[in-house]
Amino acid sequence: MLEFLSRLFGNNDSSKNMAKERLRLVLVQDRAMLSPGLLDSLQEDLIEVISKYMELDVTGLEVNLESQDQSVALVASIPVKNVKR
Amino acid sequence: MGKAIVVTSGKGGVGKTTTTANIGTGLALLGKKVCVVDADIGLRNLDVVMGLENRIVYNIVDVVEGYCRVKQALIKDKRVDNLFLLPAAQTRQKDAVNPEQMRDLISELKNDFDYVIVDCPAGIEHGFQNAIAGVDMALIVSTPEVSAVRDADRIVGILDSQGIYDMFLVINKIRPDMVRKGDMMDIDDMNDILALNLIGVVPDDEGIIVSTNKGEPAVLDKRSPAGQAFRNISKRIEGVEVPFMNISDGTMIERFMRMLGVGGKR
Repeated sequence: MLEFLSRLFGNNDSSKNMAKERLRLVLVQDRAMLSPGLLDSLQEDLIEVISKYMELDVTGLEVNLESQDQSVALVASIPVKNVKR
Repeated sequence: MGKAIVVTSGKGGVGKTTTTANIGTGLALLGKKVCVVDADIGLRNLDVVMGLENRIVYNIVDVVEGYCRVKQALIKDKRVDNLFLLPAAQTRQKDAVNPEQMRDLISELKNDFDYVIVDCPAGIEHGFQNAIAGVDMALIVSTPEVSAVRDADRIVGILDSQGIYDMFLVINKIRPDMVRKGDMMDIDDMNDILALNLIGVVPDDEGIIVSTNKGEPAVLDKRSPAGQAFRNISKRIEGVEVPFMNISDGTMIERFMRMLGVGGKR
């Protein structure tokens, strides 16, 4: 009965949904790590675009995927030397 | 010129050897000439699953090292015509064979057989690299569990980077009762996550353990639900369109199982 009710109200905390959610997060990270070239080329492209507007300290630049609670975020730390005018 | 198919998964215990034995036998039952190859050197098992363990004389390492010809090492199946096993070596290490040698061996076998089906060891190391050398297509076996799906996804990435793009998903050991309760990922969930072409869904079936005990692949048992699923996969490999068994709501397969007195839970 309890089972029927929980299905009736679309139980989103069912263990299969937890499995799906956790897999979605972990696979984003796995896939990014599996192709190390991906983050590198993204980093190069970022530098190219941002350099149009700002002078960057390329040596201190960091681009990483980080998981926070329910999502995966692309976190970029890009030191700026000067802003072009 | 035949087609070489690797059965792989990353994770152990999801049913690679069972899948290899059943699909090999299934394709042979369809009249194809099939060779199943055990690439799990050091942990040989395909022979016992197929009930051929007492007939082994030479093995894959003997062939590669030139101690015998391929034909001498092949074991003819005792039940099905046109089905042969090339056993692994039990007392050697995975590095007794290299991918280059495997590529030559597979291409030699493809000249004589319609299908060469390679049973891949678990993991992504040397044994895996051997098993995927020279194959045209991959069947990726995964159970609806987080660990198996994650490993399957890595396998997809590695195969892709090595130029094997013809990949198909086999969902194994699915339990309709748990799917219905929302406690197991269903076919759609697996499709969402892995984005692979689905080629078969095999229900969890106690009969598999019985058939392994006997050394008789389940495809030979007309009453086995898993056997039916493997027969369907064999037909799909042959290009026949076979509708998928309805597992997500469980009714059809469970009715089927109850009818045969196999499942009957709840």
